[in-house]
Amino acid sequence: MDPNEGELRDVSVVSADVLPGGALAVEEQGAAELSPRARLWPSLVAVYRAQLSRARVARIPLLFVATFQSIGIMILMRGVVDGGGEARAVVAGSAVLVVAFVALNLLAQYFGQLRANGGLDHYATLPVPPAAVVLGAAGAYASFTVPGTVVTAVFGCLLFGLPMTHLWVLVAVIPLAGAALAGLGAALGLLAPRPEFATLLGQLGMSAALLLGVLPAERLPEVVRLARDLLPSTYGVEAFARTFGGDPDWALVLGDLAVCAVVGVISLAVATWAYRRAAVR
Amino acid sequence: MCAVRGLTKTYPAVRGRRGVPATPEVRATDDVTLDIRRGEIFGLLGPNGAGKSTLVRQLTGLMRPDHGSVEILGHDIVRHPERAARILAYLGQDSSALDELTVSLAAETTGRLRGLEVRRARAERDAVLDELGLAALAGRPLRKLSGGQRRLACFAAALVGERPLLVLDEPTTGMDPVARRAVWAAVDRRRAEYGTTVLLVTHNVIEAETVLDRVAVLDRGRVIACDTPSGLKERVAGEVRVDLVWRESAPLHVPEVAALRDRAVESGRRWTLRLAPEEARTVVATVTGGAAFAALDDFTLATPSLEDVYLALGGAARQGLVRA
Repeated sequence: MDPNEGELRDVSVVSADVLPGGALAVEEQGAAELSPRARLWPSLVAVYRAQLSRARVARIPLLFVATFQSIGIMILMRGVVDGGGEARAVVAGSAVLVVAFVALNLLAQYFGQLRANGGLDHYATLPVPPAAVVLGAAGAYASFTVPGTVVTAVFGCLLFGLPMTHLWVLVAVIPLAGAALAGLGAALGLLAPRPEFATLLGQLGMSAALLLGVLPAERLPEVVRLARDLLPSTYGVEAFARTFGGDPDWALVLGDLAVCAVVGVISLAVATWAYRRAAVR
Repeated sequence: MCAVRGLTKTYPAVRGRRGVPATPEVRATDDVTLDIRRGEIFGLLGPNGAGKSTLVRQLTGLMRPDHGSVEILGHDIVRHPERAARILAYLGQDSSALDELTVSLAAETTGRLRGLEVRRARAERDAVLDELGLAALAGRPLRKLSGGQRRLACFAAALVGERPLLVLDEPTTGMDPVARRAVWAAVDRRRAEYGTTVLLVTHNVIEAETVLDRVAVLDRGRVIACDTPSGLKERVAGEVRVDLVWRESAPLHVPEVAALRDRAVESGRRWTLRLAPEEARTVVATVTGGAAFAALDDFTLATPSLEDVYLALGGAARQGLVRA
């Protein structure tokens, strides 16, 4: 006899007749009361916390890669640009590149894989608002870029001799550029028909952020500059780059950040819609 | 508790592309009608690809059927799929949403997302991890655990936040006997205390026979029978299963053995025969004496199992059900 059989035969000692609520055959009259929904903020916090711990376990090596990549690019560009506006663009672009790497590329991959594996079923069978899942994950990925972005920015300032007076603006740049890029990443991951596409789109998005954000705009051809204007990370880069000047034009900084915020709201809304669509097939 | 009427889902045909052959239209669930009663452990038994998971996905609101209705505790799940999450807990086959979390955080987060406040979620998490013997693994990430332990951790997450209906898709896959016992004890306790109903998907006939109150046998998207396990087995009561295992190959030079070959299902060295009791006695006498005995490694004689029921009812898959 199979060793498992004995243990299996022991189960179900409860006779169905003695169950609370009466005999089996009695069907409920009318609809039963539903358990409460999870509310938006508590579930957003729960998803955020879980995603952050996930990121701690699985993503630390990738964060190092992102940071070293940006630092490496700045060292390379040191030989090409010699201070001034171009240096500011390089430092700002490299710092925002860390955000693009994690928030756009990695989040697109994560959602692409979750959708392909059937992992979304877990969330879809919990009474949690779709926005909580998308915003929680996007928020965690965006938060996770903070150390890399700060390290890159400080290193860049030292390398190119830029003032660190206004580095505090990262407090606004990271969450807003993070929202825009994470929203884009989540939407791409959830909309891509196959996980390979999600990975590809994430990589392309990051490559675009690298080329269009780090290379000084003045040296790019007209068509590429247009593409640069369409990329949300550009506005994060511009906003950050402006603050290295002696007397930054804060209105323009705010304008750039506002573009990031609007793109963030729209892309996160699209991602939430895409999640709903992906959850019930 | 759960009434399913005429549930039909067809996957559309896929046109072939380069390197990918075309697949025809597949009817994954075909006019399925079921009634699950309150407090019972109801099983869906069938080989892989029979449509069990597709059926369950429609019952849990994860997939919209083409036709038919699903009503759980009076709620129309086809029209309001989002209500399913507030009635049932679902343990799917995939753990990727939880893989990188620790066992403890996976259970707690799932409870929070099931609407529990922090303190309650933590208390229930601790109770469930203790009950399932997972407390020692609480701080380990799921992906570092063995397959069976990971499955048990996912089961723990499904239990945090009480629900009147548990939908478990092959919950004991890869588990050792201790873990399985923990699963069934936890299910039984909830049934006794809260009258919890369980819908269990399985392809394991031993599990189906021992834990289920009633079972629906699925084949190619259709329910081919639905009864208690013993009620189903009575349908093939006139049969006995004889398994013969040969040392190297069957001694076909023995005429009695050669004559049996057409009726046997061969799988490697093993022959499986379904025979009337009289015939079975003759076969056993033949192979345990004379020339055939030298070639015989082992044999068993068994009363019919649900696997035999499945085959007797016209189940198409020769393999796919598991006895373990």
